[in-house]
Amino acid sequence: MAQSLAKEFTKGLWAEIPPFRLVLGLCPTLAVTKSVENGIGMGVATTFVLVFSNLLISLLRNVIPSKVRIACYVVIIATFVTIVELLMQAYTYELFLKLGIFIPLIVVNCIVLGRAEAFASKNGPVLSVADGLGMGIGFTLSLASLGAVRELLGNGTITIWGGTPIFEMGANFLPFQFMIEAPGAFVGLGLMLCMMNIVGKK
Amino acid sequence: MREMISMIVVLTVLTAFSGGLLAAIESGTKDRIENQVLKFQKAPAIQAIFPEATNDPLAERFTIKAEGIELQVFPTILSDGSKAVAFETKGTGFGGPVGLMMGINLDTDKIIEVRVTTHSETPGIGSRAKDNLEFVSQFSGLGMDTTFAIKSDNGDIDAMSGATVTSKGVSVAAAQAKEIYQKLKPEIVKQIK
Repeated sequence: MAQSLAKEFTKGLWAEIPPFRLVLGLCPTLAVTKSVENGIGMGVATTFVLVFSNLLISLLRNVIPSKVRIACYVVIIATFVTIVELLMQAYTYELFLKLGIFIPLIVVNCIVLGRAEAFASKNGPVLSVADGLGMGIGFTLSLASLGAVRELLGNGTITIWGGTPIFEMGANFLPFQFMIEAPGAFVGLGLMLCMMNIVGKK
Repeated sequence: MREMISMIVVLTVLTAFSGGLLAAIESGTKDRIENQVLKFQKAPAIQAIFPEATNDPLAERFTIKAEGIELQVFPTILSDGSKAVAFETKGTGFGGPVGLMMGINLDTDKIIEVRVTTHSETPGIGSRAKDNLEFVSQFSGLGMDTTFAIKSDNGDIDAMSGATVTSKGVSVAAAQAKEIYQKLKPEIVKQIK
């Protein structure tokens, strides 16, 4: 039991990491990785939703009739996303403003609905929580790493929390503005996917 | 038939439970959210309008309900001793509502300053209304006899070049502020005592 628990948890961290292996959840990956801070904030919010929606859906998996399961999943996921939105508005207002419309968009993040349908509806609650946690942390790490690349190259800083950078390039650094814009996100994501494939093939 | 009933029951119970949970969390976080909105959206505007306020306009805010209008008012006393208030109104800009905080001197009925609080305007174009003070500085010192519309609408306000819709939105917000002020001034003066 412990072994399969560890297995379900760690697969989300590397072997089945959502944006790079499952190729799910690319929209927020492109949109909120302008800085590490935004990426981490979005990742934590998504992890919260993933863990709780996986848990609830797994607990209710024998009660929800198959024909309305997607509708039920969406209600459950939307409830938790709204809770996250309210909590962020109350406790982390600046991050809430920065992430803007992408917080409600967690509802239609393919990772959340995908794990609900593929895993939580067919497995017990403890395994589902492990799966959700692993996927969520993997997603957060992906966002943070792409965010680090984009922010470092495009802005010369790395900010983890609170707006002040923990690292800044010297005054002679000319920012590579391209990386902060949308095309830079695509290119950055593509290159990271490429590297993941090369490393994975070994 | 039985299948249909079970589908309806499950969905209904689920949504009812979800609605209840969300209502509870919303009322639980309501005060905190109001404080955050005040701190991040209104406070910077109020501080810019009343830089030498001797009191705390945010702490002394009060709400007026009269003539069918509900308004949150931030009072202050200016450096020359005259009383002033600030309140927020909204107009419609290019990408959504534009919030405008207006500071008015109660003794002279003249605008002290205005500041844009929130907006969803195009960065670099409509957003100039908030970031670049050139546009809003023309409101300073205007009286309540001004027509708050852009010049091409027969008003007195110069629109920002390339940002007509945003300029109109701010002007509409200002016009609304004028209307509200004229209606509620007696109430405001009463409450400030």
